[in-house]
Amino acid sequence: MARGNTAIAAGGHEHRPTGWRRWLYSTNHKDIGTMYIIFAVVMGVIGGLMSVLMRMELMEPGDQVFGGDYQLYNVVITAHGLIMVFFLIMPALIGGFGNWFVPLMIGAPDVAFPRVNNVSFWLLIPSALLLVGSAVVGEGPGVGWTVYAPLSTFGHPGPAVDMAIFSLHLAGASSVLASINFITTILNMRAPGMTLHKMPLFVWSILVTVFLLLLAIPVLAGAITMLLTDRNFGTTFFDPAGGGDPLLYQHLFWFFGHPEVYILILPAFGIVSQVISTFSRKPIFGYLGMVYAMVAIGFLGFIVWAHHMYTVGFDPDTDAYFIAATLVIAVPTGVKIFSWIATMWGGSIEFRTPMLYAIGFIFLFTVGGVTGVVLANAGVDVALHDTYFVVGHFHYTMSIGALFGVFAGFYYWIGKMSGRQYPEALGKIQFWTMFVGVNLTLFPMHFLGLAGMPRRIPDYPDAFAGWNMVSSIGSYIAAASALLFLYIIYRTLTAGERCAENPWGEGATTLEWKMSSPPPFHTHEELPVIK
Amino acid sequence: MSFKKGLIALAALAGAGWSAGAFAAQPEPWQTGFQPAASAVMEAVRDFYDLLFVIIVAIAAFVLALLVYVMVRFNAKRNPVPSKTSHNTFLEMAWTAIPVVILVVIAIPSFRLLYFQKTVSEAEMEMTVKVIGYQWYWSYEYPDHGDIAFDSFIVEEEDLEPGQLRLLEVDNRVVLPVDTNIRLLVTAEDVLHSWAVPAFGIKIDAVPGRLNETWVRIEREGVYYGQCSELCGVRHGYMPVAVEAVSKDAFASWVERAKVEFARAGGPDTAVGLARVDRVD
Repeated sequence: MARGNTAIAAGGHEHRPTGWRRWLYSTNHKDIGTMYIIFAVVMGVIGGLMSVLMRMELMEPGDQVFGGDYQLYNVVITAHGLIMVFFLIMPALIGGFGNWFVPLMIGAPDVAFPRVNNVSFWLLIPSALLLVGSAVVGEGPGVGWTVYAPLSTFGHPGPAVDMAIFSLHLAGASSVLASINFITTILNMRAPGMTLHKMPLFVWSILVTVFLLLLAIPVLAGAITMLLTDRNFGTTFFDPAGGGDPLLYQHLFWFFGHPEVYILILPAFGIVSQVISTFSRKPIFGYLGMVYAMVAIGFLGFIVWAHHMYTVGFDPDTDAYFIAATLVIAVPTGVKIFSWIATMWGGSIEFRTPMLYAIGFIFLFTVGGVTGVVLANAGVDVALHDTYFVVGHFHYTMSIGALFGVFAGFYYWIGKMSGRQYPEALGKIQFWTMFVGVNLTLFPMHFLGLAGMPRRIPDYPDAFAGWNMVSSIGSYIAAASALLFLYIIYRTLTAGERCAENPWGEGATTLEWKMSSPPPFHTHEELPVIK
Repeated sequence: MSFKKGLIALAALAGAGWSAGAFAAQPEPWQTGFQPAASAVMEAVRDFYDLLFVIIVAIAAFVLALLVYVMVRFNAKRNPVPSKTSHNTFLEMAWTAIPVVILVVIAIPSFRLLYFQKTVSEAEMEMTVKVIGYQWYWSYEYPDHGDIAFDSFIVEEEDLEPGQLRLLEVDNRVVLPVDTNIRLLVTAEDVLHSWAVPAFGIKIDAVPGRLNETWVRIEREGVYYGQCSELCGVRHGYMPVAVEAVSKDAFASWVERAKVEFARAGGPDTAVGLARVDRVD
């Protein structure tokens, strides 16, 4: 038996599929990772375009680009949210960088279940098609990314919401399969000597993330399945007319939704840790604290969900519990922020583009974090809930936070993945334009929220015009920076300099920097031994 | 906004917009903070937010200062040889413990505010108003004042009279007396809505099948505006809230007029179920 397997495996080494078979049938973690990244870039462009459309609509009071089609506006905010969460950040960070670098970093030849890996990726294509398609079927799903009932049940007859629900089911199945794959890979396939407490923090971040996914996604799947039966088969889970309760949906959604936002940010934590350590030329400060801070954040993520629901009319004791639990999250988050700064302290810092993104991440994630501390308090949240303050807060953590993580990872690893290095000067320009653009877009949102501007409205009272104009201008700058990023990808792949094994010097200590750029099709055929 | 309008807004900013104590019950151009408080609850919210604001700005500034120092002092030019330090138990304990202390400082006033906001004392309530959310308007009922019940729709842009606020003005404002403890019962008949008046510190979801309760004691006469704060469909942005707070005497005479104008033959509950007509089974 063992012999037969060896023979097949040996045969497999010689076999290198070409053409469309290489991609459609791929069982290679690097090729699948590449496909995830391409997918994320394409979807990111679509989702980013939608955000520019929204900012064009909100640039001035009155009806603008949507021409008074408010349902279309609601469809676009919904699609923007879902696309950015499920089809940009998750595929880029977990599917893309996770697939590429988890096996390389732990010294495994591939993931544990390469065919499952293939299924995970290819499920995303019909999922994305269903979601984008739902926007053009009937009235489209104008329900927000939270898909709250009853707006999503009898508030939206027609097939569009059903398509969006199926899309989420497929994306969820993809995530659960990928999670099982990563958990098995990380727990069972580490090279000799690579103990859990020696694993690079990026691998730890993926491990915690996929556990969150494995536990959270089934709850979402249950909730949206109940939506589906409420919509189509006469059940009344969320309809008070039949004994159901709209709040049940909110509880289920946020029991998934809050871990979900940590699913988006944790891999970015991992990337930032690798980047900070590399360009400070120092090992991570307080490694164990960093690991268990991530584990703690993951755990806390499951017990704070109702802080998204402070206005639904809870008993104050319920609110008090969720306030306390939510505030506690600031502790492990603080540990991470200070450990990153301590890693840089005493270092010999080089300000390459990935490092700029990592440092930008630390400060701006702190800003998003402290506004989160404000929102954690139900008493103040009543004034800020569902206003632009919340939009500002979560974009500082998601758009700036997670997306800066994606950019940092891209610049850090593109040389390794493609064998060609990105142009440094253009990279820095891209960072600074993006930094200015997103801050100009998002910071005024806090003011708008404090003044009382609600989210998800296509037009606003005239007093809000000033800051909305500033915000829209910021989004155009960010959009220009995104275009520059696309050009940088093109430049890198067509004319980038050949990348050496380790372009970053002695600070880059993880295993992927000890192989050629790009790495051979199959790596770690003989397992490395970690001292 | 055209460039000219922008200039007007800037002029307003330079003039009255920032002047301290200027009372406003509606958002102002270039506003960067809360609307002025018209209830004790909102005053408590503002006070607590002021404390939070100091704390969060201090934390963000501290992190920024550390980052700037590190970037200047430990860049590759000034510090070519990196240290190998990777542990310091005291530091790690400190940056775990100190945030805990800060959080306790936040949590105690936070709980106090919460219970102040949320405790509706039955004995102290002097009147009740029922608020019902529909796609896309609000409906109000005054069970303690006869059968007054009316709907409150947005005033469309083309119908605005000079001085009325676009997207905030309604045809029938909800009229409430000042210096009175008012219990608000909030629900919805179709999808979720959320009844919000920033100057009162109130935002409470209107949930079909549930009766949410909150309270307000308005301290100043004036008109207070808010907007629906839970996505409720196509015209979510077009169902504002406008509250007219008047003296007790003025309220009493309004009640007499309203009883005639808004009297409903079948009592306040005839509207229940009407909004379900759009349901497709």
